[in-house]
Amino acid sequence: MHEYLLQMKNISKEFPGVKALNNVNFDVVRGQIHALVGENGAGKSTLIKILCGIYPYGTYDGQIVINGEEKKFNSIRDVENSGIGCIHQELNLVPELSVSENIFLNDKPGKYGIVDFNQMYKRTKELLANIGMDVDSHNGVDPNEKLKNLGIGQKQLVEIAKALSKDIKLLILDEPTSALTEAEVDILLDILDGLRKKGVTCIYISHRLDEVMRIADSITVLRDGQTIETREKVDMDKETMISLMVGRELKNMFPRVEHKRGELAFEIKNYSVKHPDIPGKMLLDNVNLKAYKGEILGISGLMGAGRTELFTSVFGAFSEPAVGEILIDGKKVEIKNPVDALNNGLFLLTEDRKKLGLNLLMSVKENTTLASLEKVARFGVLDNNKAIYETNNYVEKIKIKTPNVEASVNTLSGGNQQKVVIAKALMTEPKVIILDEPTRGIDVGAKYEIYKLMNQLVDEGVTVIMISSEMEEILGMSDRVLTMCNGRINCEFAICDATQEKLMQASTGSDN
Amino acid sequence: MENQVLNKRKLFNTGKFDVRTYTMIAALIIMWIGFTYLTEGSFITSRNLSNLVRQMAIVGIMGTGMVLVIVSGGIDLSVGSVMGFLGCIAAALQVWGGVSTLGVIAIALLLGLIIGLAQGSLIAYTDVPPFIITLGGMLIFRGAVLAVTRGTTVAPLQKSLLYFGQAYVSNTIGIVIAVLAVAFLLLNEISKRKAKQKYNTLNEPMSTMIIRWLVFSLIICASVWMLNSYKGIPVPVLIMFILVLIFSFIAEKTTFGRRIYAIGGNIDAAKYSGINVKRNIVMVYCLNTLMAAIAGLILAARLNAGTPQAGINLELDAIAAAVIGGTSMTGGVGRVAGAILGGLIMATIDNGMSMMNLDAYWQYMVKGVILITAVWFDIKTKKNSSKSKK
Repeated sequence: MHEYLLQMKNISKEFPGVKALNNVNFDVVRGQIHALVGENGAGKSTLIKILCGIYPYGTYDGQIVINGEEKKFNSIRDVENSGIGCIHQELNLVPELSVSENIFLNDKPGKYGIVDFNQMYKRTKELLANIGMDVDSHNGVDPNEKLKNLGIGQKQLVEIAKALSKDIKLLILDEPTSALTEAEVDILLDILDGLRKKGVTCIYISHRLDEVMRIADSITVLRDGQTIETREKVDMDKETMISLMVGRELKNMFPRVEHKRGELAFEIKNYSVKHPDIPGKMLLDNVNLKAYKGEILGISGLMGAGRTELFTSVFGAFSEPAVGEILIDGKKVEIKNPVDALNNGLFLLTEDRKKLGLNLLMSVKENTTLASLEKVARFGVLDNNKAIYETNNYVEKIKIKTPNVEASVNTLSGGNQQKVVIAKALMTEPKVIILDEPTRGIDVGAKYEIYKLMNQLVDEGVTVIMISSEMEEILGMSDRVLTMCNGRINCEFAICDATQEKLMQASTGSDN
Repeated sequence: MENQVLNKRKLFNTGKFDVRTYTMIAALIIMWIGFTYLTEGSFITSRNLSNLVRQMAIVGIMGTGMVLVIVSGGIDLSVGSVMGFLGCIAAALQVWGGVSTLGVIAIALLLGLIIGLAQGSLIAYTDVPPFIITLGGMLIFRGAVLAVTRGTTVAPLQKSLLYFGQAYVSNTIGIVIAVLAVAFLLLNEISKRKAKQKYNTLNEPMSTMIIRWLVFSLIICASVWMLNSYKGIPVPVLIMFILVLIFSFIAEKTTFGRRIYAIGGNIDAAKYSGINVKRNIVMVYCLNTLMAAIAGLILAARLNAGTPQAGINLELDAIAAAVIGGTSMTGGVGRVAGAILGGLIMATIDNGMSMMNLDAYWQYMVKGVILITAVWFDIKTKKNSSKSKK
């Protein structure tokens, strides 16, 4: 028999009107990496919040047993003192402080309230070396570097170092890789593997099932607030996991249909933008791109290749000025700001939906109509009933799950929030729609619906450009793929020629 | 599905009226009862209530403009000085220059717009925060007041200008206004109902609509009756209510208003939705200083003079009125009518406590405590509701 480090027994948690968790049992074996998977809204976050003390003892039913001893956590500090380190999806780091100050934010070494910076530096260096971030290594940082100068992957690693700075037995990672590139994911998984060898137990929550299969020892699937199954990895495969998560067989993750390529709809010619921070460097270097009616154009590449920047700039929302031409339906257009872009039938669905896409204080209706207020107004006066009517059309068309159109978008799940942004885009009736990471952080079922919607758009004659860091998504949905590397578009593939290996080679620029 | 939308709508169609607003209404009623008891009834006389609403008119008007500014995510500290400046300009033009009342009003309003345009453009097109730009504006225009008046009082004004600060409309006109308001409410309800039928979103029994209409009509009639039993509706109060109606309409029913809420709620999302953020921000500051111009004219008319002290600290009263009335300092949330509620609460404290012959310092302290409590309470209720959501 294994010895369990953590047992969560019969955990139930109710919110007004919703049973978020229903008798969940979750046992973690000492020294293992235990993955927790499930669709959005399955109850993963709630379970983790109970374990991390965000919902203190008394607000839920059931028992938490650590090392055979029942724990009643009243605060996050109680949890930390019991040797549990928690890394949340949103990083809790201070951009203006140095790496070492961030790591020792709560308990800086020193006496009488005076910080011993030398000791802090030394200990930070040790911690970083522990996770393969020595100053000299490829991924290394200096402990005195300000956090804001780090890449997102490095920040994630600093969070881990911070968790490790306390003597922890159990490390919880909630969606640690959702913002990372494949290369950064590799580094992270290696580090987790290293920690496992040192005896640290780990709970790993992710939507990326490939990673789960690579790293986990056991896998627990949650669905609708219940534990569906816990299996050893050897008894699990990806398809089984998906069918357990969604409760049905999902034969094909991508609803691919044949598209007939039409005429040229959108073209970028000799497009260049200077790098805002590094003088003399080009962020975008002479980009040329053509997109046709009736196709999904996939844009692949690693993070930092300039994909998001290219389309943000084309949309008129980038800080640096650009040189080059943009043509829509063969006509040259001037786009100085997003107002011009929308007027020319261009819509950019940003990758960061909470920060750039949604107004979380507003309702589904107000968000949906925000980019096309003129359509629900006469002489600048809003027609509320028309707005409700129009919004309802989109709610039905793209199946947004919301109690009503007046509900705050803040109460919706990630997938449905994304659909609200899509509804907003569709209401502007764009000719060209650019989807930047359209399915990031949303569950399998909602992803499928968004893919179907993309097909529907193509059928309606909209040109769809999809930026994605998920290779499978690019290969599964695009009709044609362009890869970007170092601010250039360096390769083009018809979908029948494209493979993961070829795309990866092109993205890393190692083909020439 | 769309029917559920209307199911959840409350009787008074006040989906956006938060807990804070209801609490404030309750607090106001308690205060009125308390002051009536403590002053042995002289608080509730029509003469005193008439004075009370007349006193609040200026803060009410300035708070109305301030709500839009704060909702857009900004702040305007200059309006107290700007109103003082424009009041003094108006007085100086009339007393020393012999300019007619209409001319004076036109010039003051125009200058108000120009000042708003200047400050608003600086805020929108430079990266200097509105707090700094309007703090600068506050100092500049306080200096300008002294420059115009040379530190003396500029008086007297023409009778036609005094009308806007001191007069009352006759009882007959008051009754006509009440009847028109009640009729307008009914027509508005009926047209809303028709529109809902057209889009198939109607789900409210006729009786609910009628009860709602009756309650509002009763409040209107009672207020007019109360004011009429003294001297009639004070002109500044009438102006305030007209402006509140206009600004509520702008905030809630126009595309411009919706864009302001969108900018205050999430400026980046607003930008990516194709909203011309800069132009809308300039317009908000223009509207706000326009309100300051109107308030300045009314104050000068009430005092029958332009004085160097006019409008000192009034921007803070306007901000407090907006915030007590439910406007969130972080932007994106707030109601124009709330500023009237906030203004009424502060005027009640001033009026009631001075009737009790308490020293003036008590008024400041109590107002400070109320301001903090209102926001604290709001944050607490919000936290509780968001906890139960997740």
